[in-house]
Amino acid sequence: MSKHRIIIEPGTENSNYWKDIWNYRGLFYFLAWRDILVRYKQTAIGVLWSVIRPLLTIFVMWFIGWLFGSNVPEGVPRILLVCAATLPWQFFSSSFSETSNSLIANSNLLTKVYFPRLIVPASTVIVCLIDFLISFMILIGFMIYYQYIPDYKMFFLPLFLLLAIITAMGIGLYISALNVKYRDFRYIIPFVVQFGLYVSPVAFSSTDIYNSEKIPELLKYIYSLNPMVGVIDGFRWCILGGNTSIYIPGFLTSIAISLLFLFIGVWYFRKMEKSFADII
Amino acid sequence: MSEKIITVQNLSKSYFLKHKNAERYTALRDVLTNKAKSIINPKSKIPNPKSEEFWALNDISFDIKQGERVGIIGRNGAGKSTLLKVLSRIVTPTKGRVTIDGRVASLLEVGTGFHPELTGRENIFLNGSIVGMSKAEIKKKFDEIVAFSEVEKFLDTPVKRFSSGMYVRLAFAVAAHLEPEILLIDEVLAVGDSSFQKKCLGKMEDVSKREGRTVLFVSHSMETVLRLCDKTILLDNGEIKQIGPTETVIKSYLNTGTESSSYRSWLNSPNIPSNNIVKLRKVSVHNESYEIKATFEITKKIGVSMEYEVLEDGDVFTHSYNFFNEEGVNVFNTHDVVSDIRTKPRSKGIYTTTMWIPENLLAEGVVVVGVAIIKIEPFTIYYHEKEAVSFNVIDYMKGDSARGNYTLGFPGMVRPLCKWETEKREMK
Repeated sequence: MSKHRIIIEPGTENSNYWKDIWNYRGLFYFLAWRDILVRYKQTAIGVLWSVIRPLLTIFVMWFIGWLFGSNVPEGVPRILLVCAATLPWQFFSSSFSETSNSLIANSNLLTKVYFPRLIVPASTVIVCLIDFLISFMILIGFMIYYQYIPDYKMFFLPLFLLLAIITAMGIGLYISALNVKYRDFRYIIPFVVQFGLYVSPVAFSSTDIYNSEKIPELLKYIYSLNPMVGVIDGFRWCILGGNTSIYIPGFLTSIAISLLFLFIGVWYFRKMEKSFADII
Repeated sequence: MSEKIITVQNLSKSYFLKHKNAERYTALRDVLTNKAKSIINPKSKIPNPKSEEFWALNDISFDIKQGERVGIIGRNGAGKSTLLKVLSRIVTPTKGRVTIDGRVASLLEVGTGFHPELTGRENIFLNGSIVGMSKAEIKKKFDEIVAFSEVEKFLDTPVKRFSSGMYVRLAFAVAAHLEPEILLIDEVLAVGDSSFQKKCLGKMEDVSKREGRTVLFVSHSMETVLRLCDKTILLDNGEIKQIGPTETVIKSYLNTGTESSSYRSWLNSPNIPSNNIVKLRKVSVHNESYEIKATFEITKKIGVSMEYEVLEDGDVFTHSYNFFNEEGVNVFNTHDVVSDIRTKPRSKGIYTTTMWIPENLLAEGVVVVGVAIIKIEPFTIYYHEKEAVSFNVIDYMKGDSARGNYTLGFPGMVRPLCKWETEKREMK
């Protein structure tokens, strides 16, 4: 007799939830693989798109920063400063918007097969992560061009990448679950992404904000609540080394907020998960 | 082999139906405006009249033993698909409890998750993993799957360029190679061309009978259920109406299902087929003992009776019936050329005529009967009711019909039990 005993009851928590996710890792891998394969099918330049899109954004942001004369730490080319912020921002914005739409995009799977639903948004993040790693070539290219050698802090970069993943996953999970029921969020997502680009330190640096005398303390505090501020500051600190500094209280706030988002996201997602197939 | 593998206890599932503005999803706008309305006018908060609770499954209990092949039948909306969805954990029940001991794979659709941009080869892996195969398992069976699907040549073509037949074949090939302990199937055999369907059925029979796997099978095709399942559950309005041996359950389902259509009366009808000489009254289909039935065994005689009223003395006419199958093909026509009364002038009054369809003539399936009264010389139609009644012909596969012991698909509009003579000699 088989050891697999499944009990289906209303309302009960599945005690094997995380183990189940582990058992379905094959599907997780295949969904990510599918999205990667499909992403640039029937395009002429294929994977180059994951380089061109961030590159164009970098130029635009570089131009805006230059136009408004935001501060650049000594000895750091402005384009590197912008680059170190645009890449994590692009990763965040694409994984956030794609995880948010992932459940709806896969609604045919949700209504026809059982699997832990968390796999869908999670595999979407993996796809964005691969895009990010490809686009990282841009940064390396600029570093070589400017003969800029990063120091040991570069090794902390994965930690900040993890923070970016946590932030994108947390918000993405929450919105994706909401999106199943209220399609309004489909329209909110592009707006959040667009707005976020301006309130995050992409074209400027956080020191501009914290050192400004025009900006009231309260606004500075609100600014630091944006979890992407922590992520981007961290990226700059790792890549550009001692020439940039992290505003520690603001940074800790960002981490706390990211973790809170993840917690709320997972909690809400699991709460809604059971009714996905009924209402999608 | 007699261990319980699935136990379903008091299972219920309810949905809320929206009557008005039945949109596919809720918009936040509506929720907010409704909230706002109830703040402005708290009295308006009547329990939302727009929605109504609907029990798709209502207090269902049954057991399934290991190795059993169970059919689930019932009309559209009886809850068959909901039951499979609950068992495959796609939706959660509202009440009750299900215990399943074993790995479950469900096949509610062929080719779930197929991506049009991916090639056949890639889709085999993707679909395989979606329905629950491991990568190693897919690799092991890859060649078998490809051979079964008959699309070897197009393996590296995106499936969006496949014909729909190729697409279905590839999708089913993956599904056919699933090896779970429990397989839940929803009506997926109703696709593909008939020869491929036959191949699929053969494979399914193989999988379930030889390998002792437990199968739950939802279908509208009584033929398929009869062939595959030893036990059948009849659902009606979310409740179990009957559960038992397939033959018994199907018999009673077909008899209750279309009772009204094998008997019809025009006595109170606004449009009575008639002219100034005759008027149709009743038509019925019955067995040899004149019991009106909706379903007839292929090996039994079927009687079709028509009652009509003659309104004028002295006319001469005859009766005519036409028989059509489900596809609307005219299987045969007949008119009375043998009775004495057909040549004699009639007197006023009510008459009943009965025609007997010989045993082993019609093929399995639905038969629609048209009735008419005609005059041959000169040819005149007095009345012709084209879809007067209908009935089912079924083969319980006992071996005494034209099928013998053959249980697979059997095309043809008629199914006569023919005489075969074989001698060891050369042809004359």
